[in-house]
Amino acid sequence: MKSSLSRRDFLKGCVGAAGLTIACSLTPSGYRLLSAAEMEKGAFTPNVWYEITPDDLVTVTIPNSEMGQGVRTALSMIVADELEADWSHIRVKQAPAADQFKSPLLGGQVTVGSASVRGFYEPLRKAGAAGRAVLVKAAAQTWKVPEDECEASRGVVRHKKTSRTIAYGKLCRKAALLPVPQDPSLKKESEFRYLGKPMPRLDIPEKVAGTAVFGLDVTVKDLHYAVIARPPVYGAKLLSYEGKGAEQIKGVQKVIQVPMGIAVVANSTDAALKGRDALKVSWDKGALPDMDNTYIERALMEDLNKPGVSVVNTGDAKKVIGEAHKKIEAAYFIPFVAHATMEPMNCTAHVANDHCDVWAPIQAQTGAQAVASAISGFPKEKVNVTTTLLGCGLGRRAKLDFVAEAVSISKALGKPVKVVWTREEDIKYDQFRAAASHRIEAGLDAQGTLVGWSHKVVSPSILKDIAPAAVKNGIDFYCLWGLADAPNSPMWNNRIQYEIPNLSIEFLMSSLPVPVAPWRSVQNGPNAFVIESFIDELAHAVGKDPLEFRLQNLKNNMRAHRVLETVAEKAGWGKPIPKGEGRGIAQHACFGTYVAQVAEISVNKSSGAIKVHRIVAAVDCGPVVNPDPLVAQVQGAIIMSLGTALKEEVRFAGGGVASSNFNDYKIMRMSEVPEIEVHVVKSSEKIGGIGEPGIPAAAPAVANACFNATGARIRRLPLTPMAVLEAMKHV
Amino acid sequence: MIALKVNGKVFQVDASPDTPLLWVLRDHLKLTGAKYACGIGECGACTVHVDGKAVRSCTVTVGEVRQNRITTIEGLPANHPVKQAWIKEQVPQCGYCQPGVMMQVAALIHEAKKPDPEKVIAAMDDVLCRCGSYPRIKKGIKTAVEIARKEGRKS
Repeated sequence: MKSSLSRRDFLKGCVGAAGLTIACSLTPSGYRLLSAAEMEKGAFTPNVWYEITPDDLVTVTIPNSEMGQGVRTALSMIVADELEADWSHIRVKQAPAADQFKSPLLGGQVTVGSASVRGFYEPLRKAGAAGRAVLVKAAAQTWKVPEDECEASRGVVRHKKTSRTIAYGKLCRKAALLPVPQDPSLKKESEFRYLGKPMPRLDIPEKVAGTAVFGLDVTVKDLHYAVIARPPVYGAKLLSYEGKGAEQIKGVQKVIQVPMGIAVVANSTDAALKGRDALKVSWDKGALPDMDNTYIERALMEDLNKPGVSVVNTGDAKKVIGEAHKKIEAAYFIPFVAHATMEPMNCTAHVANDHCDVWAPIQAQTGAQAVASAISGFPKEKVNVTTTLLGCGLGRRAKLDFVAEAVSISKALGKPVKVVWTREEDIKYDQFRAAASHRIEAGLDAQGTLVGWSHKVVSPSILKDIAPAAVKNGIDFYCLWGLADAPNSPMWNNRIQYEIPNLSIEFLMSSLPVPVAPWRSVQNGPNAFVIESFIDELAHAVGKDPLEFRLQNLKNNMRAHRVLETVAEKAGWGKPIPKGEGRGIAQHACFGTYVAQVAEISVNKSSGAIKVHRIVAAVDCGPVVNPDPLVAQVQGAIIMSLGTALKEEVRFAGGGVASSNFNDYKIMRMSEVPEIEVHVVKSSEKIGGIGEPGIPAAAPAVANACFNATGARIRRLPLTPMAVLEAMKHV
Repeated sequence: MIALKVNGKVFQVDASPDTPLLWVLRDHLKLTGAKYACGIGECGACTVHVDGKAVRSCTVTVGEVRQNRITTIEGLPANHPVKQAWIKEQVPQCGYCQPGVMMQVAALIHEAKKPDPEKVIAAMDDVLCRCGSYPRIKKGIKTAVEIARKEGRKS
């Protein structure tokens, strides 16, 4: 496998290419478009790139990680449409880690926050249009005709009067010498050739052939395989280890102590695993030997009685709720859940004499480069990061513990090393979706309108490891997304949508030693479960239909109205349903996208088992780039969310993780998947994200349907058969 | 040394007979299409064909299959109905589980005298996909059966 290019090589490669390269640089005064020739002169650091070469190919550089969301195709479609490229000429190149590929929205080269298309939509359209403009100009100059007699269409420029054509490949050298227009005219929606049409994904053929290279598939010369014996419980310290037994296993080359544990290096994965089995390691009992699920739940629920930090305080929620016509109160709990990406964590690294190479399935290139630089001792420029395909990301691969491991072992060994995690390790050393406890009080007036809402959240901090500076006054907005967000957040509207004149939100950081990370939609998922279940409670408390109650308290929120009304119509909200079945509704906005969902379920009254029959979703994400993967993303997010609604919960014992593999950490299987309808609302709003917004509304829609079917309100995920039976006893 | 018949070729492999077939395919033969995901036969990502039958290569040892014909996703022809259908229906998301899923579907279609998509779907509950591509897998199965039927008529 070819090693990745350094930033300088990459620049040289592009600038030196015998063709037209268009880059787009984000400056304080907006985007600046430039060609390779201008780049050589100027000090601009371009953000996004494509190049047209004399062979007619258009190569788009993709800064983001491809994890099945179709980002390579979506970004290419944006360029190709404005450029009027021929789709069959499009090629993609995965960008190395480098400053110029940082997201204009997020400030780092990361694939998180459903922000790839959101961040690159505008600059890539402009870059594509600028390329089209210089190609047309180059053709006009070649023919010595006015520019307005020429038009670009599918990879050629055509002279309208004479019907002559020249292919982009023939024009690219000439075009490269022309100044790049800064404000090229963008197409009208009616002129789109690719945008909004279902384009086949560019990454699918190799995935079907079986030749796609994921992290675990990386092979480099002289590759060594490593597995690590890590602390068995949180905070456990190494007492002693004996590596002789491991070294006697055929194929085992070395046993090395690294900061993360004891690494066994071998010539194959199997030998490394057998070597680790033969290792004798003893650890102490760790930080909290009594910690199990009961301990965790009790700790989080008890913390609700401690004072938190005020995050939002509008009006006087306490007073207004105290005096309200109707006052309702409830507490909720959400457990830790695992990412369980199908490809376990892994990383290949080579700390060589004068540089460091990293090949890994990661969502955070900027961070990976920094981690590898710190451990290898080489400056960033000497650290080449190649992003492979990702066997799911889900937020887990924005954490870089596995990168640190591979670089540490390679540095100690002086050879290329692939660190492999087994499934058991992937679950045991996951950094989970944060567990949380919530207490809410709300006040309603005689008409059923919300007058006050007071909400406390307790949860371990997600940001304290990944961006400690972002935690100010003890507030972690990742834990609050869906309820509240930081001022000027690039996430666009990860806030509670209901119109509440007196709103108080408090946060308390839990000190539980369980590591946590972003998990698809981050805490929008759990927070929406709480908000949307509680909203349902309020609707029933004042005798209102749950849809009507939502519309009434989202009076001025037209986007929320539209998705709610659409989903209600498509799902047949209000129509009678068979006895024993239930229907529930929920809505949530995050990452600039609004989603409402209706769940239809039945509950087996003797076993307590919930069967989800149908989920109907309505989505408003603004303009649609590629509609087919969009539907797949929303369906997939719903299925993942149903897993958290029905069965996912990590088990803990003795101060560590007790769940181990797919036999005891169960995720959704085919027969459990309901019929899922996704309706995309036509919208000309600002473009929103799509990878994550399908998650939040699914779990509360199911819980609300369960209430509808049984009268049992369950304020804790997952809705296991036992939990349902227990709740039904109290109806 | 163990002689292994994989995708129509014979390979000499220097591995102990108790090595899981999966690691021999991936680390020794560099046939990385079969994926590691659970190691205990719970997810199906490592599925290959042994004499035409779908087998979890993570739970079968290389010593157990030295007499058999092994086919991996790389050995399934590019025009195989399942591969055609997976592209037509745009089945994969991240795609990591799909080689195993496709191999299982291919075996089920091949084994049935008259393949019935609903029966194939019902036999797919032992494969896992975290992306939630299940609705597309169902579509893919229906299309693959359709293509296989048509091609069967032609030949």
